[in-house]
Amino acid sequence: MAAPDRPQDKRNAIEAKGIVKEFGQGASALRALDNVSISIRENEFFTLLGPSGCGKTTLLRMIAGFEYPTEGAILLHGEDIASLPPFRRPINTVFQSYALFPHLSVWDNIAFGLQMLGRPRAEIDARVATMLKLVRMEELAKRRTDQISGGQAQRVALARALAPSPKVLLLDEPLSALDYKLRKEMQIELKRMQHETGITFVFVTHDQEEALTMSDRIAVMSKGRVLQVGSPWDIYDKPADRFVADFIGETNFLAASVIGFSEGLVRVRLSSGAEIAATLAEGARPGGDVTVVVRPEHARAVKEGGHLSGTVENVVYFGTDTHIHIRIPGGETFTVRQQNARAQSCGFAIGDAVGIDIAADAAQVLRD
Amino acid sequence: MASRFDVRSQPGFGTVAMFTFVLLYLPIATLVAYAFNASESVTVWGGFSLRWFVEASQNAAVQDAAWRSFVIALSAATMATIAATMAAIATTRTAPYPGLSAKYAFINLPLMVPEIVTAVALLIVFSRVKVWTGYSGLGYLVVAHTAFCIPFAYLPIRARLEGMDASLERAAADLYATPWMAFRRVTLPLLRPGIIAGFMLAFVISLDDVVITEFVKSGGQDTLPTYMLGQIRRAVTPEVNAIATAFLALSILIVTAFFFINRKKS
Repeated sequence: MAAPDRPQDKRNAIEAKGIVKEFGQGASALRALDNVSISIRENEFFTLLGPSGCGKTTLLRMIAGFEYPTEGAILLHGEDIASLPPFRRPINTVFQSYALFPHLSVWDNIAFGLQMLGRPRAEIDARVATMLKLVRMEELAKRRTDQISGGQAQRVALARALAPSPKVLLLDEPLSALDYKLRKEMQIELKRMQHETGITFVFVTHDQEEALTMSDRIAVMSKGRVLQVGSPWDIYDKPADRFVADFIGETNFLAASVIGFSEGLVRVRLSSGAEIAATLAEGARPGGDVTVVVRPEHARAVKEGGHLSGTVENVVYFGTDTHIHIRIPGGETFTVRQQNARAQSCGFAIGDAVGIDIAADAAQVLRD
Repeated sequence: MASRFDVRSQPGFGTVAMFTFVLLYLPIATLVAYAFNASESVTVWGGFSLRWFVEASQNAAVQDAAWRSFVIALSAATMATIAATMAAIATTRTAPYPGLSAKYAFINLPLMVPEIVTAVALLIVFSRVKVWTGYSGLGYLVVAHTAFCIPFAYLPIRARLEGMDASLERAAADLYATPWMAFRRVTLPLLRPGIIAGFMLAFVISLDDVVITEFVKSGGQDTLPTYMLGQIRRAVTPEVNAIATAFLALSILIVTAFFFINRKKS
């Protein structure tokens, strides 16, 4: 596990232990989850991030109770719930399609869970009113759910799932159907609601930006495995392997060889012969030929010197910054991102000879 | 050349269409017209009158048969709809497995088996059962009608279930609804239009049946269609036309209602 950014004494809300899920049987069985173990802490905004088909939704459905693991245990506050049906788990879900009941009003949708729990009438009335207020839908309580917009349906789905005060709230790509602006708004709303309710949120998305901006911790998944768990900072700045580095943001990969250690860092020699210090990803082999990653914003294009040299292949202007694509010997392209100064070009043109200066501590040696 | 081909303007199309319409609807139009005939004949027009409607409605045998038809159709359609609803849920709310399509075929078998085969088969079985139990009431007809009504009720209910988002039932389960409560509070209300459509279809099919009824019924158990069949064998009066016309009106009414219920919900 990556370095904890919170006190370790926090209780775990959800623990998945050695989860294996196979669809189908025998030789044709498809392994959707392959020995997945994750601990989700209380009051945490935890994100399962990965491309479609990586198993993140399967894992979420397993926590909800719609799928049962082939092997392994799922603990909720230390109790094994893997065999409980969904209606006996104090866990609620915001579905990707929202799945609002079309024959019921907004009010009745939100009250549904409390009614099923057999709560007294007065409590339900009060709770639904609180929820309507939380999601700012008071005026539309009597509307039918096919008479509200996508963004409003999203809020109702949230209110409905939060109304029974679940121990854990699961969100299955709930923002994917919204347009860009509304999605940005809802990201902030979701963070606010998580803060106000103090409920553990488990959020599934394939959008790395969404994951980085919203989460306390992120688990990056691929092909049924968890590749790395950590804070957004950990995941972005200290990616463990090539997939994580490539999936989150833009990255330069460099071939290098390890030549020694100093003060907890590895010294590596780049193809140009330049030596730099790099951090070591957890589980990375500290010897021989390795791959090093450097983020584009952690390198500078310089007229002279630098750790690497090459020729400018392309200059792309992005408003706030400029990307300079540099061809380096060995055939690889290295991208440098430079913040733009007012009324000043980046100073490089296509075909210029250029040096690349890598910031101290910016490089990380990947696990293979 | 091929791209110029217009399926709507083929030579002879209009003529064929006219013939079809005339052959289909002229006899029915004639039948309805002669229901209002004042004379005793079904072929010679003797002026407009509602006499045969009055006579038919006052005929004890007609009243008896109509009531029996109604009781059988109501019981058979109810039982068929319940069975069809359960079958539809069982065949749609499951992951596909080997043998599922065989089950579809099995449920819909009555649509494919010639009615006369079912009729003879039921006659043979029921005559044995009658001997063993001594019971000879309407039960046999109700059971027989239920059996062949099931696929008619099944099809619209299954269509409705397949069009329904299965995540709604998952959402109900997620919100603490037991399977029974999820069915009662979510599945059933959303399925209602399909169930009503299935029921009405089954009701009309039962009301209309001749072949199986004719074989299965005991003496004195005429339904309206078998009564009419019996009447036609003897002296034909426009009374039969009047009954048929009332029947037609009822069928159109039910089918129209069926259409509107389906349209409103989809």
